[in-house]
Amino acid sequence: MTTRGATVEFRDVTKRYGRPGAAAARGADGELGAVNDLSLLVPAGAICVLVGPSGCGKTTSLKMVNRLIEPTSGTILIDGHDVRQDDPVILRRRIGYVIQQVGLFPHQTISENVATVPRLLGWDGARIDRRVQELIELVGLDSARYRDRYPAALSGGERQRVGVARALAAEPPVMLMDEPFGAVDPIVRERLQDEFLRIHRELGMTVLFVTHDIDEAIKMGDRVAVMREGRLVQYAPPSELLTTPADDFVARFVGADRGLKRLALTTVGDVTLRDAPTAREGEPARSVRVRAAGQSFVLLLDAERHPIGWINLARLGEDAVLAAVHADPSSPFFTRRTRLRDALSALLASGVRTGVVVDDDGRYSGAFTIDEIGNALTGNSLIQGQGPLGSEAAPKAAT
Amino acid sequence: MTPEEPLIRWDWIASHLDEIAMRAGEHIQLTVIAVGLGLVIAFGLSLLVLRVPRLEQAATLVTGTLYTIPSLALFALLIPYTGLTLLTAEIGLVGYTLLILMRNILGGIRSVPEDVRESALGMGYTRAQLLWRVELPLALPIIVAGIRIATITTIGLVTVTALIGQGGAGYLILIGLQRFFSTPLIVGAALSLTLAIVADGALVLMQRAFTPWSRAR
Repeated sequence: MTTRGATVEFRDVTKRYGRPGAAAARGADGELGAVNDLSLLVPAGAICVLVGPSGCGKTTSLKMVNRLIEPTSGTILIDGHDVRQDDPVILRRRIGYVIQQVGLFPHQTISENVATVPRLLGWDGARIDRRVQELIELVGLDSARYRDRYPAALSGGERQRVGVARALAAEPPVMLMDEPFGAVDPIVRERLQDEFLRIHRELGMTVLFVTHDIDEAIKMGDRVAVMREGRLVQYAPPSELLTTPADDFVARFVGADRGLKRLALTTVGDVTLRDAPTAREGEPARSVRVRAAGQSFVLLLDAERHPIGWINLARLGEDAVLAAVHADPSSPFFTRRTRLRDALSALLASGVRTGVVVDDDGRYSGAFTIDEIGNALTGNSLIQGQGPLGSEAAPKAAT
Repeated sequence: MTPEEPLIRWDWIASHLDEIAMRAGEHIQLTVIAVGLGLVIAFGLSLLVLRVPRLEQAATLVTGTLYTIPSLALFALLIPYTGLTLLTAEIGLVGYTLLILMRNILGGIRSVPEDVRESALGMGYTRAQLLWRVELPLALPIIVAGIRIATITTIGLVTVTALIGQGGAGYLILIGLQRFFSTPLIVGAALSLTLAIVADGALVLMQRAFTPWSRAR
């Protein structure tokens, strides 16, 4: 189930409104936004987030791709093909569309809703059934439980999942999402965002994603297009937006805490790991002390090199034998995919300020402290040199 | 009607069951034709108004005028042209349904949430598919509410069309009045009332069967 994404290109696209208040242009935030000479290339398979304050033209731009709004001038190309060459109805069936209020059909069951586009395309019944089941599971719902329910019986988060499943049904190479997670509470939003990123990794379609929330833009986007009053102000990967905002507007828009935001973009995989002193279960404390060469903390591993926890050698008796009971159960473990923001937070919360990194099989692969996090963000003013969070607090690790 | 005469003479009813059944059949026929035709015309008018919004005022004015003309006056006006026929009766009966039906069809379609409409168009529904597969099914409860009012009103009005010889239960009422004989009068009134209650109940059941989703909340 892999979809090849298509490139989406805006060439000098302008939309002017003769009469202010034309209903079709109202976005999720109810604002009308004209667009001025927008040129933008979204690479195939990327998530491009259009972000900006209300009325900046982001929703208008999005709706011009599936021609719910027609541009005043300029061209929009999908895989080099002018969208105006086709019947808009045919065009829209090839483009996934998700809006904030979801817009599920209240009179149809979840499976009928998800089957919408395949039915419009005339797929045969068996193929539709298979696809619907696959999609409901893909968005993390139990197909047997949900397929025959009506939307009114679902929570906001569940409805939005179904909305995503419905938009993905015919494997569209391009997906348009207009504030898709704007109407759910922050905890559900976070989970939906993470799951959408997983689905995107799996399917690889091109996504245009509108939001007014810069944090969401930075989290979701491979590239972020910041818009203001119908113009594109900056179009860059999120990290570039944070390190080198194009002007004061972007700098203010991304916020004074942009250093912290970069932590959310960087993962443990970006950190150069160091080695921690390790010991095996069953080793005598005496020989471990010799190997640790004065360091008080060692990381206890089991026979398969899965970390168990940190052991403070100073607390062990002379003849002790290392065992799992000695290990500090609160020792934080991370994978290479853990976001640095979460890793830093876990380190600050735990007694042990050295993070242990495990591979996909859960085996020990290295360690890092707050120093390494700082190094990974070099060039950033947040953590440089010995701040208050310096290495003193961390257990000494071998280098 | 004399004081000794009982209010209801059951023997009359027993000997006139065939007549009563026939009048009930007539009544139902007049009502079904009126509401059915009214629905078709009101639906056409509604589609026209949705497509050309400036026509709405005119359509409301015409159907509203039809609705307010006293029924007796309307029949009196029509008889010189169409006589004492089914046509005369139906012109009047259909006319009275139009305002209610059109208003409910338009109201029902307009009650469809904007996000539902937008997502349907955004996924590639044509205008016609949007109407038939989304807007009308969702408007159904409100449209049926209009059909219920129109049906009950029509069943009541059919008793008046007896005056032009197209009576149903109204014919029995008329006989009662003419002969100062209470039994057919009461039978006619009860028949009309029963038909109204049964028709209303049937419409409610029908709507429930067609809109299972509206009970899922």
